[in-house]
Amino acid sequence: MPLTWESIKDGDELPVLKKKPTLTQLVKYAAGSGDFNPLHHDYNFPQSKLIGSIIVHGRFKYAALGELVSNWLGHRGRIRKISCQYRGMDFPDRELTCGGKVIRKWEDGGRKLVDLQLWAENDEGKKTTPGTATVELR
Amino acid sequence: MAENFQLTDELKAAIGQESAPWMHEVTTTSVRAFARGVGYTDPVYFDVDAAKAAGYRNLPAPPTYLGTPVFIPGRSDDTFSNPREGQPRVDHGLKNVLDGGTEVEYYEDICAGDTLTGVSCVADLRVSDSKAIGKMLIVAIETRYTNQLGKLAALLRSQVIFY
Repeated sequence: MPLTWESIKDGDELPVLKKKPTLTQLVKYAAGSGDFNPLHHDYNFPQSKLIGSIIVHGRFKYAALGELVSNWLGHRGRIRKISCQYRGMDFPDRELTCGGKVIRKWEDGGRKLVDLQLWAENDEGKKTTPGTATVELR
Repeated sequence: MAENFQLTDELKAAIGQESAPWMHEVTTTSVRAFARGVGYTDPVYFDVDAAKAAGYRNLPAPPTYLGTPVFIPGRSDDTFSNPREGQPRVDHGLKNVLDGGTEVEYYEDICAGDTLTGVSCVADLRVSDSKAIGKMLIVAIETRYTNQLGKLAALLRSQVIFY
């Protein structure tokens, strides 16, 4: 069923998006985004050694939250605002669960808007990457 | 790492400084590379016919695509690929960097074929403490992207942590 304005209710949960980025996926993301910080692909980089591992790009997690919202919206509207904060590090080959919830459905001068709460959660249940988005339905 | 770090007046002088404008071409190839990097399977980000059927004029830039710059050796940062030439300087001397947070507001569709001009400014500098890494400098950068029609297409706010 395509998403419609009428069908959306406060508290609705977005279909979960699971990600388990491998080193190869992070290399693809580095190429696609232009972020070649060795902290995301080189285990011998001093900061990686200090942390004990390479880490997932914060922006990869942000992009995964974008994918979560895009999949839910199905191009029936546009993302007007999307944000997140990187509160904890995530590591390759570990499952990340991206989730979201409708927190407010509202209209502003005829614009049909929905505010979302977003998060990426690690495999220990810790929300490392909380975020928010506002989408406008067609 | 940064226990003796001080936010001096000299550093604070960077607040409000604007960069030179920097061109960002949004191309089908860069949209596909970004979408592949994230792991999208939605054809709208890969197939122009699917994008048009979904109401876009060309492949749309996936959410959070912005920031992907045009790399020019010597004028761009070799690690992060972002513009280096004409950027405000914050000479803090701290070695380690982490991303703190990102926010984008969109005002127009951004699609392959668009040419965006980005102008960045240092919005704020502050020192904070974290349990994990101790004293850190948080640099808030705001980038305005204007499209080829002269319209403000998006506003990107990022927080970069140095320690």
